[in-house]
Amino acid sequence: MELVKPAFGLVFWMLVSFSIIVFLLKKFAWPVILGSLNEREKSIADALNAAQKAKEEMANLKADNEKLLAEARNQRDLILKEARDAKESIINEARAKATEEADRLTRLSREQINNEKMAAITELKNQVASLSIEIAEKVIRQQLSSDDKQKQLVQDLLKDVKMN
Amino acid sequence: MRSFVNHNLLAKSVISLLLLIVFTTSSSSVLAGGGEPGAKFDPGKMITDHITDAHDWHLWGEGHESVSIPLPVIVYSSRGLDVFMSSSFHHGHDVHNGYALIDKKLVAVVQESGNAEEATIDEAVTASLWDFSITKNVVSLFVSVLVLLYIFLSVAKAYKSRPGQAPRGLQGLIEPLVVFVRDDVAKSSIGEKKYQKFLPFLLTAFFFIWLNNLLGLVPIFPGGANLTGSISVTLTLAAITFVLVLVNGNKHYWHHILAMPGVPGWVLVLLTPIEILGIFLRPFVLMIRLFANITAGHIIALSFFSLIFIFGEMSTGAGFGVSVLSIAFTVFMTCLELLVAFLQAYVFTLLSAIYIGAAVEEPHHDHH
Repeated sequence: MELVKPAFGLVFWMLVSFSIIVFLLKKFAWPVILGSLNEREKSIADALNAAQKAKEEMANLKADNEKLLAEARNQRDLILKEARDAKESIINEARAKATEEADRLTRLSREQINNEKMAAITELKNQVASLSIEIAEKVIRQQLSSDDKQKQLVQDLLKDVKMN
Repeated sequence: MRSFVNHNLLAKSVISLLLLIVFTTSSSSVLAGGGEPGAKFDPGKMITDHITDAHDWHLWGEGHESVSIPLPVIVYSSRGLDVFMSSSFHHGHDVHNGYALIDKKLVAVVQESGNAEEATIDEAVTASLWDFSITKNVVSLFVSVLVLLYIFLSVAKAYKSRPGQAPRGLQGLIEPLVVFVRDDVAKSSIGEKKYQKFLPFLLTAFFFIWLNNLLGLVPIFPGGANLTGSISVTLTLAAITFVLVLVNGNKHYWHHILAMPGVPGWVLVLLTPIEILGIFLRPFVLMIRLFANITAGHIIALSFFSLIFIFGEMSTGAGFGVSVLSIAFTVFMTCLELLVAFLQAYVFTLLSAIYIGAAVEEPHHDHH
């Protein structure tokens, strides 16, 4: 029964020792240990949060980059298409202009040729006419050397006039 | 690095466990081997001697041949204060300054008697006697306090000198336990808001009980005292919890004890006395649980050893034969006790935290 009977001395020393150790540890150990633990836990939590944030930012940046890239690609495609269009249109225009010019030149030259031809023909006609007149004069002079012949001619001419 | 440290620690603890077993066996054999020839081995007395407190620290041997460390006896009675070493009693056989040890208990005797066996107890003086002796358990208590101070002051220093860095060495051993007590014992039982006030007590109690449970498993000086298996110690610890509950109990708590809301009057006649009894019963159970668990562990381990000597008295061969089995069982029991040492420290701290938690709990608006 001695086993379950509290001994006053031991209770006394226990109370004193335990109080002292609680006091000392409360003053010198627990605040430091718990404070450091809290601080470290907080810093770890902060670091994790920061890492998460950085990750999100990276993802955002990546998405942004991709968007930019896609935009740039689109832009490039657009520019290329425009350039191609422009090229085509320029070529077409140039071709059209060239054709037109060629047409114009052809027409002009044709006109000129025509004109020249006309002029030449006119001149030729004129010359033929004057030559004819000269020949006719000479022939007439020859033929009308007598009055009979003149009369004859007038007669003939008159006949022709009547027929007309 | 961390796991290496842990492995190292594990290896160390395995080695110390083996040493522990070796020492247990050797000290026990010396204990039974020595003494008066022909004296019969009394397992009951041997076990009781080991688990009860004593005024000297017995090392080995029996009777007049026994070797023990003398400890100071501090006694205050109607005769005044008296301080002397327990060696003056010559292992309880002599009377010194009118005091004697009878059945390991310090009593005052009639001055003239010179031999403890024949002395007459002076009842009047014995009744007024206060025994403040530094007994085996008190020495063990002081040792554990010094060990705790050393451990936690050095750990605190480590936290101070290496702020924000990963724990190292002793710090790595202590830190998970501190976090465990903080999160799984204090925070979960008392609540986020108020746990901090009680954390120093809970942490100190946890490590105090655990360390002393472990020291109790070490069979050589300065271990081996049955401190946490001593009712005086568990009584003091439970009383502190009790006082903390009484001092910190809020209106809500007392209201629930004295007049449980929502319970009809005639039931309260029954319920209130039960609740009031409960206030005392809880720390009482705390006291008994720790005491009984640790003492039982010591008794079982010692019983297995007693088997060796009981069979050894029949024949030496039987003694050696049984010793193999006994040691195997004791190894097993010691492993179990290592677990129990932690478990009981945890249970005591957890239940203390739960009682305190109930006392400081804020009323919930959603129930009743």
